[in-house]
Amino acid sequence: MKIIIIDYGAGNIQSIMFAIKRLGFEAVLSHDTEEIRNADKVIFPGVGEASSAMAKLKATGLDKVIPTLMQPVLGICLGMQLMCHSSEEGNTDGLGIFDLDVIKFSNNVKVPQIGWNQITGLKSELFTQIPDKSYIYLVHSFYAPIGKETIATSEYDLEYSAALQKDNFYGVQFHPEKSSDVGSDILQNFLNL
Amino acid sequence: MLTKRIIPCLDIKNGGTVKGVNFVDLRDAGDPVELASIYAKEGADELVFLDISATEEKRKTLAELVYHVAETINIPFTVGGGISSVEDVDVLLKNGADKVSINSSAVKRPELINELVAKFGSQCIVVAIDAKQIDGQWRVHLVGGKVPTELDLFEWAKEVEERGAGEILFTSMDHDGTKNGFANKALAELSDLVNIPVIASGGAGDISHFTDTFKDGKADAALAASVFHFKEIEINTLKQELKEEGIPVRI
Repeated sequence: MKIIIIDYGAGNIQSIMFAIKRLGFEAVLSHDTEEIRNADKVIFPGVGEASSAMAKLKATGLDKVIPTLMQPVLGICLGMQLMCHSSEEGNTDGLGIFDLDVIKFSNNVKVPQIGWNQITGLKSELFTQIPDKSYIYLVHSFYAPIGKETIATSEYDLEYSAALQKDNFYGVQFHPEKSSDVGSDILQNFLNL
Repeated sequence: MLTKRIIPCLDIKNGGTVKGVNFVDLRDAGDPVELASIYAKEGADELVFLDISATEEKRKTLAELVYHVAETINIPFTVGGGISSVEDVDVLLKNGADKVSINSSAVKRPELINELVAKFGSQCIVVAIDAKQIDGQWRVHLVGGKVPTELDLFEWAKEVEERGAGEILFTSMDHDGTKNGFANKALAELSDLVNIPVIASGGAGDISHFTDTFKDGKADAALAASVFHFKEIEINTLKQELKEEGIPVRI
C-alpha cells in the first residue's frame, strides 16, 4: 500500500510517520502531484496557523490538487480545518470540501483546548469497532461546527465536529497519531478503507 | 468533556533520567524511552522531558532521544531545558516532539515567545515559570530556580499569554521536592488570570494532592516526577481515585 503524507512545510510530520510505521506500513512525504494522485491513501496533516498554511498550499498548487483526489484522504487537525469552506484564523478561504466555516472557541473556555476529550455519535467506517465516548487527544483553538458532514462530535464550550466525511474525504480534529491505542485503531481503519 | 491531565516529568541528563530534589541532589531513575512507554501504558496523558545537561553534545543527544521517544510512544510529549532559539525548537519538533517548553530564555528575551508562536503556532509553545515567594510576592526565578528576578509571577504569566504561549507550566520552588502538595492558592489565582491551560508542578506527595490541585488550584493538568518514578503513586490508581472524587480523567 502506498501512503503519502502531503508535504507543504506544515507542522510535525514525524509523529504521523511513526504512527503509520507502528501499524506496519511506511508513509512517504511528498508534494509531487503525480505521486499524490497515484497513492492508495493520502494523509493531509497540519499544525500551525490556517491562513499561512493555506498560502503555502496555494503557492504550490496543492489547493487545486487535493479537492480532486479520488482515493481516501485523511485531514488531521489543521488539515481537517483547511478542508472546510473557510477559517476565521487569519480569515482565509479553505479547500471547500466540507461545507463548514471554522471559527474560534469563545472566552468561556480556556483556548486552546489541550488534552483528552471524548468522541460520540460515531458514524462512518473510520470508526469501525471504536467504542462511543472513546478518548482522543486534541490541541486546537478553532473548530468546525456541526454540519451534515459531521461523523463524530465532541464537546468543549459547545458541541462541535470532531470528525467530518464527504465521499472519499475524511477529516479529524483530533490527533490519531497521539491518541494512544484508540488513535492507532482509527488510523488502521483509515488504511483499511 | 475535556479531562484533567496527569503528566509524569522525566528529568534528562546526558540521555538518561534523573530526578532533582529541590532541583539539586540528583538520583538515577532509569532509561527515558523505557520509562516513557511504561507511563504511556499506565495511563499517563502526556509526558514532559526536561533536559538538565549542559554539555556541547546536548543538542544532538536530546534530538536523538526525542526521535526514539516519538518512535515508541503514542501519546503527546513536551521537551524542555535550555531551549533558546527558533532553530532549537525546529530540530526538536522535526524529530517528533509535540511541544517545547521554554523558561529562562523567554525571561531573558520575551520576543522569543512571539517568534516561536509565529513560526510553529501557539499549540506547541509551553512557557515554564519557576517562582518562589519572597516577602509575600511570587517572584520568577531562573536557571532551575537558582537565580531570582524582579519579575512578578502573575504579571509575567499575563505577558506570556499575550505573547501567544499555548500553555503555562508553573513550578512553585517553595513546594517542589517537599511532597506537601501543590501551590494551590497561587495556581487558582493564575488559572483565573489567564485564559490558557495551566499545568501545576512541584509538591506532589500523595493522591490527595492531585485532587486538591484540580479542585482548589483549578489546574488543567498536574505534573510530577519522583512519586511516579519511585512508584509511590501508580498512575492508574491515581486516576481511578480522581474519578471517584468527581474529577474528569481519561481511564
